[in-house]
Amino acid sequence: MHSDTLIIIPAYNEEKTILKVITSIKEQYPDMDVAVINDGSSDNTARLAREAGAMVLSHPFNMGYGVSLQTGYKYAVRNHYSFLVQIDADGQHDPGGIGTLLALVKNGTAHIALGSRFLGPGEYQPSIYRLTGIKVFRLLLRLLSGEKISDVTTGFQAMDRKVMNVFVRDFFPCDYPDADVIMLLSKLKFTIKEAPVRMYSSPSGKSMHRSPVRAFYYTFKMVLSMILTKLRKYSLPNRDDSSKKVEG
Amino acid sequence: MPIRQKVVAFLIAISIFFVILELVRRRKLREEYSWLWLLTGALLVTLTIWYDLLVRITDLIGAVAPTSTLFFFALIFLILVCVQFSMRISALTNQVKDLAQEVTILKAKVDVQGKGTEG
Repeated sequence: MHSDTLIIIPAYNEEKTILKVITSIKEQYPDMDVAVINDGSSDNTARLAREAGAMVLSHPFNMGYGVSLQTGYKYAVRNHYSFLVQIDADGQHDPGGIGTLLALVKNGTAHIALGSRFLGPGEYQPSIYRLTGIKVFRLLLRLLSGEKISDVTTGFQAMDRKVMNVFVRDFFPCDYPDADVIMLLSKLKFTIKEAPVRMYSSPSGKSMHRSPVRAFYYTFKMVLSMILTKLRKYSLPNRDDSSKKVEG
Repeated sequence: MPIRQKVVAFLIAISIFFVILELVRRRKLREEYSWLWLLTGALLVTLTIWYDLLVRITDLIGAVAPTSTLFFFALIFLILVCVQFSMRISALTNQVKDLAQEVTILKAKVDVQGKGTEG
């Protein structure tokens, strides 16, 4: 029988850091399962991850960060995991935070726990542009949903099965899921909590939002996605049953 | 409308109509996409035969020349086709994504089972 917690690591060409991330997780949390979603990497990411003892789910071609996450959710739901943690492969997130985030979800304080780089002690220094972006989205999220979240773009999260069941559905925004996902969960009345985690500036120097065109597209898409999430109606047929089961 | 113009326009319209019909017949074009094209082909044929109709439509929408009416509707038609394509591409992208995820998860399962029987 496998563990009740799955740690998913979406990875695209991360051979420099993946081994260290998995080793570090395995050392600190030896009883948890680790799955790397290899998003069509052309380097040795998959081989290294397998050698480090992780389960490797390889996409047939590159589909992006959001799709990789969703593959992880689908895998977790199919294999009956109760809890899931997602962490980046580039070493930006300190695996030490996994325990903190999981505790919030496991003791029932929250359905989803977000790791915040701003509440934590980390050395993370975002660029002025990124910081402005985060502040704008923070404000927008607060206006549209009432959630007070300090780090709206965090990819370091822990969640329970109910949240996973939402994320495997069609309306999960696979194209840069961030603040719009928090809005979606808020709208569906899930409890969202933040916890301080340590984050480092991305060691591999890669960032999703490096080029100005991408940053612009990201901002545009996110604002649109947040407004649309606000306007849409979402129906979850099984939500009532599952919440009763967990609460009871 | 001079007769020469009329003949040319009619021939073009009718050939467009039959090309589409032939494509559907050979299953190169699925029926669900062909209706918009067939409708356009039929409309073109009608307008070349019944020029008065074009003149009346021109009056109705307040355009000056019948040619601008044609261009106007041609543009609207092209926009509609583009929207229809975007919708299809969105649906297809989603389907490809779901399939790829399914393949990924199944492949992982098969690999694990393969290892189990080997060992």
